[in-house]
Amino acid sequence: MKVKQLSLFLENKPGALSHPIKLLAKAGFNLLTLSLADTQQFGILRLVVRDWQKAKKRLESAGFVVKVTDLVALEVADEPGGLARVLACLEKAGVNVEYMYGFTLKHEGKGLLAFRFDDPDQAIAALQRKGMKPVSSAELFKRLED
Amino acid sequence: MSKNPNAPAGTFHPVSAPDFLPLPQLRALQLQRLKQIVERAYERVALFRQRMKERDLTPEDVTRLEDISKLPFTVKTDLRDTYPFGLFASPMKEIVRLHASSGTTGKPIVVAYTREDVQVWTNVMVRSFAACGLHEGDIIQNAYGYGLFTGGLGAHYGAEALGATVIPISGGNTQRQLMVMKDFGTTAICCTPSYFLHLIDQAEEEGIRLKQLPLRAGVFGAEPWTESMRRRIEADSGIKAYDIYGLSEIVGPGVAMECECQAGPHIFEDYFYPEIVDPKTGKPLPDGEEGELVLTTLGKQAMPMIRYRTRDITALASDTCDCGRTLRRIKRISRRSDDMFIIRGVNVYPSQVETALLKVEGALPHYQIVLTRERDLDVMEVQVEVTPEVFGDTVGALEQLQQKLSRSIESTVGVRANVRLVQPRTLQRSEGKAKRVIDQRKL
Repeated sequence: MKVKQLSLFLENKPGALSHPIKLLAKAGFNLLTLSLADTQQFGILRLVVRDWQKAKKRLESAGFVVKVTDLVALEVADEPGGLARVLACLEKAGVNVEYMYGFTLKHEGKGLLAFRFDDPDQAIAALQRKGMKPVSSAELFKRLED
Repeated sequence: MSKNPNAPAGTFHPVSAPDFLPLPQLRALQLQRLKQIVERAYERVALFRQRMKERDLTPEDVTRLEDISKLPFTVKTDLRDTYPFGLFASPMKEIVRLHASSGTTGKPIVVAYTREDVQVWTNVMVRSFAACGLHEGDIIQNAYGYGLFTGGLGAHYGAEALGATVIPISGGNTQRQLMVMKDFGTTAICCTPSYFLHLIDQAEEEGIRLKQLPLRAGVFGAEPWTESMRRRIEADSGIKAYDIYGLSEIVGPGVAMECECQAGPHIFEDYFYPEIVDPKTGKPLPDGEEGELVLTTLGKQAMPMIRYRTRDITALASDTCDCGRTLRRIKRISRRSDDMFIIRGVNVYPSQVETALLKVEGALPHYQIVLTRERDLDVMEVQVEVTPEVFGDTVGALEQLQQKLSRSIESTVGVRANVRLVQPRTLQRSEGKAKRVIDQRKL
């Protein structure tokens, strides 16, 4: 149910972002999604690729610090209140959202969001109780390739 | 400026007499004192005696001044290794004062003074103030820190004994410094040169015109500075800026002080015997050649220092100074022979920063210390490479790490540092050993 995400530490300076992106492009990795969190001094690049172990090795051998974390990919109805319903469910379960970002992909009128929870397993259980089913990695990758 | 040592304007204080000793007499006095101090250290300081024995030496082997080069060196780590009182040559009942300076492991280096030592220290400080033309009637604002640091009390005792009026304002609180300077009619100030530059800027902001105040002299030390800083200080404030040199291990401030000719600090050689040695081999170098300054205290009872390696790189000038003093002068201290640096008057070793980083991270990351000067105040930035062990994937976690590192450095080193997290492998490494300190301060 969980999707592996790679987080990279970047310094906030010109060229800092393009370096890992170029590196992955050259090695033939397709980025399924990414997001960037930044402060004045540094940033964290988060990305999802299919072959994350290889991508991690490639990045690390180029000197990056890479951390692997679990995301939960969740379909959210692309309509007013779609996200609010999901969040309400999580709130009730006492799960904390560290951050979230979107996939560009849409599927059957639903948007796809990537959530980083403090406790992904608890989040998945809470969502499933409400009939919301996270999208698995396999399904995610399949959709992306369609 | 008076070049006559007996000038009536008060620029000659009777205590300054030894400054003008004819060289043969000065050398004879030095030899006599050297013999005494070597004997004292040999009898009373185990470490020194042991090192003498290893070299098959006894105090009787010192018959000429040149024999000093046979004696073993004392280094900063000796003070640390014998912390706190291991190098004392007097029993505690004879010691009237302890001071301490920052050390490398968080433990300070402790120095001791007998009553006589305090008198010697006072004596050289009086001679320091007199050398730059201060005298009775001067109002000396002492903005060196009072406390364990030797700067404050050293200057205080000297200024009082000179007969001047001392304002023991200590360091910091710039606005109050300026108010006092203006309202009390300060004629001379003691502080670090970078702090005085800060005072100049602050005065300008507050519309205080330093040039119109009675202030006429600054006794600046406790950190390295340059001729261009002197020019800037003098042009912007209208005062004369004098360089004073000292270190706690030897006595504190007052080891050497510039006269009115401003041609480099004269070493008070009758109490502090200077040598210049090759910092790598330890071989003595002739006057005029650049090397590491090595000092021997000729008159200290509580803690004799024999051939103390100061780590300061300079040269001795033995040509006659226009002031008539026979004391040799040291050239401006341009750098140190090790990585130690001085920031805002505090001695800092990279190993202290390492200790602080280690405490937080559990393992030593690659790091680099970058020193800059912003608005005339020294700024220390510690760049730390992020390791997989400490990398959390949220901004909050990283900011927390930054804060923890910063706090740890401040509590270990005593100086605030900005911590900047950088990507791995971005810090310069040379020959496998990282360059730890990058000093970008434009002095």
